[in-house]
Amino acid sequence: MRGKRSKLERGEALTGYLFILPQMLGFLILVLVPLVMIFMYSFESRNLLFGNMGFTGIDNYKTLIEDDLFFLTLRNTIVFSLGVVPLNLVLSLALALYLGANAAGAKVVRSVIFLPVITSGVAWAIVFTYLFQGGTAGPINYILSLVGIEGPNWLHEKGWAMFAVVISRVLKNLGMNVLIFMGAVLNLPQDVLEAGRIDGATKPRLFWSIKLPLLMPSILMVMIVTVIGSMRVFDTIKLMTDGGPEGSTMVLVYYIYHQAFRTFNIGYAAAVAVVLFVIVLILTIIQWSLRRRASFYED
Amino acid sequence: MKTDRNIAYNIIYYIVIAAIVVVFIYPFWWMVTNSLNNINEIFGKPTLLPKSWMWENYIEIFRVQPFARHYLNTVIVALLGTLGNVLVSALSGYAFARLRFPGRSALFILLLTALMMPIEVTIVPMYFMMNGIGANDTLVPLVLIPIFCSQGAFSAFLLRQHFITVPKELEEAARLDGLRPVGIFFRIMLPISVPVLSSAAILAFLSVWNMYLEPLVFVSSLDKFTLPLSLSNFNDTYGLPQWNLQLAATTLSVIPVMAFYLVFQNKISNAMVTSGMK
Repeated sequence: MRGKRSKLERGEALTGYLFILPQMLGFLILVLVPLVMIFMYSFESRNLLFGNMGFTGIDNYKTLIEDDLFFLTLRNTIVFSLGVVPLNLVLSLALALYLGANAAGAKVVRSVIFLPVITSGVAWAIVFTYLFQGGTAGPINYILSLVGIEGPNWLHEKGWAMFAVVISRVLKNLGMNVLIFMGAVLNLPQDVLEAGRIDGATKPRLFWSIKLPLLMPSILMVMIVTVIGSMRVFDTIKLMTDGGPEGSTMVLVYYIYHQAFRTFNIGYAAAVAVVLFVIVLILTIIQWSLRRRASFYED
Repeated sequence: MKTDRNIAYNIIYYIVIAAIVVVFIYPFWWMVTNSLNNINEIFGKPTLLPKSWMWENYIEIFRVQPFARHYLNTVIVALLGTLGNVLVSALSGYAFARLRFPGRSALFILLLTALMMPIEVTIVPMYFMMNGIGANDTLVPLVLIPIFCSQGAFSAFLLRQHFITVPKELEEAARLDGLRPVGIFFRIMLPISVPVLSSAAILAFLSVWNMYLEPLVFVSSLDKFTLPLSLSNFNDTYGLPQWNLQLAATTLSVIPVMAFYLVFQNKISNAMVTSGMK
């Protein structure tokens, strides 16, 4: 009897390994191995055309520290995030709170605001490239001209180009966060809010003292996810400005792509990729520890 | 007085809603109407309807580049990628949830690290790996990435969470009837999991349909392009940009996803929100 039981167990274990085999094998080959390789590449003088031209230690990282263009892309990526994240968070939270979750209007907004989320980034970027055309050719400038404002040549002027990509990105992804916040607002404990109202709390007071603290875990979570997304931006930039004008919208992923596949400096591109990896890793660790704390409160 | 204020609030409420609808519908409206204009009419005073109703644009896009081929490529990649994603992750999700084997939780946590791995980081070495097996400039990497990279790990995570909630009695009964784990999986577990499997499938499909960096890196010949590459290609290859054609092609690439969304709205947005919080 005992022998049979352990045979069964062994059979189950074997089936288990067989079942996870495809996933784990793919994970090993397409995730773990490339991750190890990117670190190795970053210590090599490696070129797309000539292959590995030898181990060069930390040379790529030394170049990195002296590379003004790298710091420009790092700075641009941070500026992009500083534009996208607060705008996205404030707008989506305000909409979720204002609309509630179940009113008729909220339902319409829910479906409409989510359309850009499922649309490809490429399609969205193409359309917004037209909407942001300079002169009076673009619809956005046309609308501005109706109220007497002469719009800039958005995608070709320093400063405005970053503004334009930030706006199109925020509009593209806003729906996701609105829906997440609508769910969070729906889950606010009604008795606590009611108690606040009975105690005579005004609407702003209710928001700052009760709703906002209760929503904080969701807000932090959404914030980190949005920051990670902004750090990884590529298609919006590539298609709308191609990094320009004068590199003013060149971001980290664009720089990796550019170094690896345009100027063929694979080793150097790898060093930049390692920087991106470390940034995303740190953000993810923060995210996971926040989540653990959030679920601790839920329990 | 009170009712006056209520009316005012209501009016503001509907103005806000109307404004949101306009802001989010207008880009699509603009795209569709201008896909029916000629190239000069696109820039100029915007109108609500197309000026010359050039349906030829929709024929012309198939002439200037192999757009039908690009469409087919995208459909093939999306179907294979989705199918593989769901099958592989259903197998592993079930094993991680229900089958006991040494190292189970450690391996699962290891797999979860794929969730945070940006493809932008690993794509450079992946390019060399694919080159090594002769898979560059084929659709193979575009199928493999959604199956095994972060999208695959996400599906495995989603399905494991689901299989954990399936009552154990179901398996016990099937086991007493003489079914082995493989039989239980295919004949019992998969059929009852169709709703969750379809959520995973929707997310995988959308991610493949919309991916841009991957084809940009792995694919170079025109007949291997997928839609996102094809759309951006109306711009440069033929000298002058063909704006109206680009918009017509973009419209055609967006329509199936839109139609799909309109039918399965809640399912899609709920699934996306789940993945957005991963």
